[in-house]
Amino acid sequence: MLVFSFLVKRLFQSFLVLLSVAFIAFALFKFVGDPISNMVGQDTTLAEREKLAERLGLNDPFPVQFFNFIKGAAVGDFGLSYRHKVPVSQLIAERAPATLELAIISALLSVFVGIPMGVYTAIRRKGLLSRSFMTVSLVGISLPTFLIGILFIFLFGVILRWLPTFGRGEVVQIGFWTTGLLTWSGIKSLILPSVTLALFQMTLIMRLVRTEMLEVLTTDYIKFARARGLKENAVNFGHALKNTLIPVITIIGLQLGLVMAFAIITETVFQWPGMGMLFIQAIEEVDVPVMAAYLMMISLVFVAINLAVDILYAFVDPRLTIDGGSKHG
Amino acid sequence: MALLDVKNISIGFPSRHGMFVAVKDVSLSVEPGEILGVVGESGAGKSTIGNAIIALLEPPGEVIKGEVYLNGARIDNLSAEEKRLIRGKKIGMIFQDPQTSLDPLKTIRQQLVETIDLHLRLGRKGSEKRALELLEQVGIPDPVTRMQHYPHQFSGGMRQRVVIALALCGEPELIIADEPTTALDVSVQKQILDLMRKLCVDKNVGMILVTHDMGVIAEVADRVAVMYNSQLMEIGETAQIIGNPQHEYTKSLISAIPRPDKKVRRFPLVTYIEDVVEQKDEFDVSTHWLGQSREFDMKVADDGTILQLEDLGMRFQITNSLFKSKRRYLDAVKDVNFSIKEGETFGIVGESGSGKSTIARMVTGLYTPYKGKVNFLGKEISAISHTPEVLPYRRQMQMVFQDPFSSLNARMRVLDIVAEPILFHKLAESKAEAEHIVMDLLKLVGMSDDAYAKYPHQFSGGQRQRISIARALATRPRFLICDEPTSALDVSVQAQILNLLKDLQEELNLTMMFISHDLPVIRQMCDRVAVMQHGQVLELAETENLFENPQHEYSQHLLSLMPRLDMLQA
Repeated sequence: MLVFSFLVKRLFQSFLVLLSVAFIAFALFKFVGDPISNMVGQDTTLAEREKLAERLGLNDPFPVQFFNFIKGAAVGDFGLSYRHKVPVSQLIAERAPATLELAIISALLSVFVGIPMGVYTAIRRKGLLSRSFMTVSLVGISLPTFLIGILFIFLFGVILRWLPTFGRGEVVQIGFWTTGLLTWSGIKSLILPSVTLALFQMTLIMRLVRTEMLEVLTTDYIKFARARGLKENAVNFGHALKNTLIPVITIIGLQLGLVMAFAIITETVFQWPGMGMLFIQAIEEVDVPVMAAYLMMISLVFVAINLAVDILYAFVDPRLTIDGGSKHG
Repeated sequence: MALLDVKNISIGFPSRHGMFVAVKDVSLSVEPGEILGVVGESGAGKSTIGNAIIALLEPPGEVIKGEVYLNGARIDNLSAEEKRLIRGKKIGMIFQDPQTSLDPLKTIRQQLVETIDLHLRLGRKGSEKRALELLEQVGIPDPVTRMQHYPHQFSGGMRQRVVIALALCGEPELIIADEPTTALDVSVQKQILDLMRKLCVDKNVGMILVTHDMGVIAEVADRVAVMYNSQLMEIGETAQIIGNPQHEYTKSLISAIPRPDKKVRRFPLVTYIEDVVEQKDEFDVSTHWLGQSREFDMKVADDGTILQLEDLGMRFQITNSLFKSKRRYLDAVKDVNFSIKEGETFGIVGESGSGKSTIARMVTGLYTPYKGKVNFLGKEISAISHTPEVLPYRRQMQMVFQDPFSSLNARMRVLDIVAEPILFHKLAESKAEAEHIVMDLLKLVGMSDDAYAKYPHQFSGGQRQRISIARALATRPRFLICDEPTSALDVSVQAQILNLLKDLQEELNLTMMFISHDLPVIRQMCDRVAVMQHGQVLELAETENLFENPQHEYSQHLLSLMPRLDMLQA
């Protein structure tokens, strides 16, 4: 019952967030450029422009226009791209697989490498390997993504000539989805961009896990577990790790959203044909429908991930589900 | 042969400034079925001995000298893995705070089964059966259901029972209990102590009970070891140590314990304690700054009432809901009525959650009452609590908090801390004058001359509480609220602070509201006492009447739980 009302509340909040983002996206249409002059040639008469505006509903009152925009957005209809003259939804559907593959691989990489590294550096605090992890992570956290990308291209693409430095390589079409994961050249093309994109998140997760774990290791229940004679592995992984992960989950959730956002830069550096590239081009050419659609999509991803994190939280931490965590005293 | 034999052990913590020796040349032994109390004040090294025996010293701590024998076999020189095999199996440990000593993310069953299976190799089914038996032994009702629960679903006392069950999983021969009842209410403390005593007798387990509380020692220990300043002062039968202490330190420690059985005017001066400048010169209110402008324009009522509470109530919302009928509230304080007369010390006693601190917060305006009135000096201050009008009244009323570590701003010098209220209420003409007043106040509460320029972290708990008192006095109040002012302090320091409060009250004719869960302290400090439970005042009586002849059932119950020090010399 409690879980249910919690979910309803969160869904309602998510809806509000999406609505406000929709408002901002819609405001783009109103204030960034004039859609009519973007669509028609210079020799169109004022009367024709007026007719077009009427037909496109641009003369309707503001709330009506907003409502129509929401109605369209809800089913993925953002109108025609000014530049490509095709539906925005179609453009996004073509580009989405590239970005999603890149983002998901990077996210998996940062979680499954970052967490074990964090645990290791917390347990063997003084070890040589831990110290070198910490030093390398400092580089990962302080160098900007594009610079790392360029350095990678220089090292692995130009000097060593091991890996391709641009594009997706060969892709395979499965239904509406194009994937680079099934061909050798596709996988090779994925390595540099995904590592570049993952590096920042990976080091962040590693440092976060390390700090949390060190804190958990000083708690009374860990000391009590040791006093009961439990083996080191049982203490570290059975008791400490799970308690470490609770605050880490929130950050990971937020960071996964950021991976999508950071993808813009990585895609530009590696000429990756994804949504990030599409967005950059859209900005250059004031292609408002594409910008609005991209904005809505990213916010949808953020909201969905956060909702998932909240639900996951309730599963991991029993204190949240049973009495709403509202214990006094 | 003794179960445990500790011979001339010294424990050190290496640091940049050389070796800090936490325990020096201590020898003690424990027989099967015996409870050895280790008593001492904070920093005496008593917990360190327990940690060394079970080989859980916080790094970089190490045993630098001496030997530890368990059943005649030496255990302090074993390898890390061999030491782990002893932990839980031969020696169990119980920690102070049951709120934090259980893994919050695992059910009681998971934690029990894991430990039992590790030590006794009973398999899943067998371990579960054994876990049920253990929970029954430590007195957890309905263990089959309770086993599925998480630690946060248990109360403090029940959690400590679970901790004890966990410590018993490997059927150890020796249990080290480090302040096992300090975080618990007195009624729960009694139950836990009874349980531990029973387990020792039934299972013939030896126990080392580390505590700062002589009452606990008197209740259960067979023998006592007294620690002071890393060294063992005295060891002997409990009755002898408490009734006829030999060592000077033990004598002064015992004399500092508030007596539950009769009221004394002052605590005898405690030697062997930290440096305090005792107020030597005669204090004259008529000439001192604190005595000036005590001709208040706010007069006390003719019958001497300074504070009066009328049907005071406070409720907190515990479940929020869109629907009014579904919201749940906790009535922390319910219809409380009492009045305090000028110059008296009014005590409020009760267990945690009884609402005693909530009253203090409503009186000082930190909480806005849900219903009822607070009348102070004839004015209903609860009605004007957020207006500037209330300031002159607030100035007359100050508070001393429980925790001297968090109630002083760590980033401010003592001078600024004490001067702040003076400057805020514009009680001094200039900053220089305020500084002069601060120096005077610090001297009054027994701080040394150079204290003003230091920061709070440079002082001990007792000294910090003196600074808190100086800050409270800085507005020349006539009403002081003390919320558990000594419960975070060692007993000898407590005696000093209580003496200081008594002296100040006498000299300045202060009125005090004194909140405590500690009945002996209440008896020593208060003229009248209100006994509270579940937000209600159950009994209000003269202190002596309450202690000699309690009327309400709950008061009788509380008094019966008070640890007795019958062995004390009259």
